[in-house]
Amino acid sequence: MAELAVKIKDLRLKNPVLTASGTCGFGEEIADFVDLRALGGVVMKGTTLKPREGNDYPRMAETASGMLNAVGLQNKGVNNFVKNIYPNIKAISTNFIVNVNGSTVEEYVELTEIINELDQIPAIELNISCPNVKEGGMAFGVSCASAERVVKAVRKVYGKTLIVKLSPNVTDIAEIARAVESEGADSVSLVNTFLGMAIDAKTRKPVLSTVTGGLSGPAIKPIALRMVWQVYHAVTIPVIGMGGIMNATDAVEFILAGATAVQVGTAMFIDPTVPASIIEGIDHYLDANQYRSVNEIIGSLQI
Amino acid sequence: MWSKWEIRGMKKAVSELLLIENTQLNHDNFRLVLQSETELPQMVPGQFVNVQIRQATEIFLRRPFSVMDTDVKNRTFSLLVKILGRGSKVLTTCQPGEKISVILPLGKGFTMPSTTDKVLLVGGGSGVAPMLFLARACGLNPDQVHVLLGARTQADHIDVRLYQPFGKFYYTTENGSLGEKGFVTNHTVYKSKLADFDRVYACGPGPMMKAVAADAATAGVFCEVSLENMMACGFGVCLCCVEKTLSGNKCVCTEGPVFNINELTWQN
Repeated sequence: MAELAVKIKDLRLKNPVLTASGTCGFGEEIADFVDLRALGGVVMKGTTLKPREGNDYPRMAETASGMLNAVGLQNKGVNNFVKNIYPNIKAISTNFIVNVNGSTVEEYVELTEIINELDQIPAIELNISCPNVKEGGMAFGVSCASAERVVKAVRKVYGKTLIVKLSPNVTDIAEIARAVESEGADSVSLVNTFLGMAIDAKTRKPVLSTVTGGLSGPAIKPIALRMVWQVYHAVTIPVIGMGGIMNATDAVEFILAGATAVQVGTAMFIDPTVPASIIEGIDHYLDANQYRSVNEIIGSLQI
Repeated sequence: MWSKWEIRGMKKAVSELLLIENTQLNHDNFRLVLQSETELPQMVPGQFVNVQIRQATEIFLRRPFSVMDTDVKNRTFSLLVKILGRGSKVLTTCQPGEKISVILPLGKGFTMPSTTDKVLLVGGGSGVAPMLFLARACGLNPDQVHVLLGARTQADHIDVRLYQPFGKFYYTTENGSLGEKGFVTNHTVYKSKLADFDRVYACGPGPMMKAVAADAATAGVFCEVSLENMMACGFGVCLCCVEKTLSGNKCVCTEGPVFNINELTWQN
């Protein structure tokens, strides 16, 4: 058994494997399949100040080695989270991380202030990269100036671990990462989905109601790996890597590229038990290569 | 949903099941029978399973199938697999002896009728599967159960002889090659006597279910339909399979697939 614990600023993860926002509900939905306490953490479904119905059906299209989604942050709002969900999860010993969304800087701040009051939420993931909402979301994550503005405002009201989730739909992701680091982000998580689309040639119509959506799954893994590697070399804060991780080998590749922790997303849809085998597989990799701790291999890519 | 945290009865699981039978029923329908090494969870008509299509790398997501029947004693259940695309096609080539990864049991089933009810079960396409299961498992006398099945031609119907002891069966085809000519909604038992039924259950293509729902609403008859919106996960995390209801978007996979028509917005 190698040491699997890692730290993201003050946030201690018992292992580097988290489930990604939008692929594990609020934990309850996957509790039949995986022991939540065995996870490094659960990044819960994107939450907004007010309830959101999300986009019209169809919201999903299967693509080569991946899928597009256009859910559009459907959620019951933060009050529902505080009243009906938080009381049930607060006793479970894992890191429950709230994925924070807003249409304006003020909304991000107000939502963060509410989450800040919850003792058992040790961190937030500030989502400035949702590609499926008309206002806010990705718009904040595609320019340094707007990313800085929202991170600066949220940092003022939030003392716990602040992770910022980055969009890959930018010219230079390292530049955005540096910008949010300069405003006090404790960590960056990347990548959110790539903007894509699917067309039904038979009907000559887009498959998704929103025309475009976010691409995820193994199809994006090589690009995500490259971005994690670039960002790792651009910032000093810990990087959380994700994008098409399906198994332990994929996870190890992200860690070698510079990720301190990883998130498992789309793979949850196909096998919600997979986080357990990824944790076990990372451990085997470390043992087989005689590492005592996962921390020894972070960013240890041999070039 | 959170009140169920402590009292959840049926645990969902990812299970490796043994394919013990793959029978071709007609030109594009197959019956697959899967067996579990351990006790099967209880499954009711209307529930479904999500099947991994392993042999084909271009098929990324699982494919959901309604349960056609269960055999608790033998730890088996059957699926009706109709070839609709690449995923279902690959699945129908699987051979007995192969292991197949299945997530089960998923979704909420039909509301069971009361003992004195007279029920009409309307099925089309793959929607025949849950109707056959319901006919067998609803606990009514055969004279209370009326099953109306529609298909394009006689060749598109499957042999349902196994289920005939459980109810009275009626058929429609678009060319009149079996039963009455037309759609299920043109059939005599449906057209003239819909209001005589206490409950109508329907599963099949969207236009069929919408037509049945509209008629049942007009006749004031209790009606449940089973939807088959596209989904990625099947257990309520991807939020892709939503159906608009009077109380907002609901996940077909966890809050359905069975819905009472009064919940839906089809009439508007």
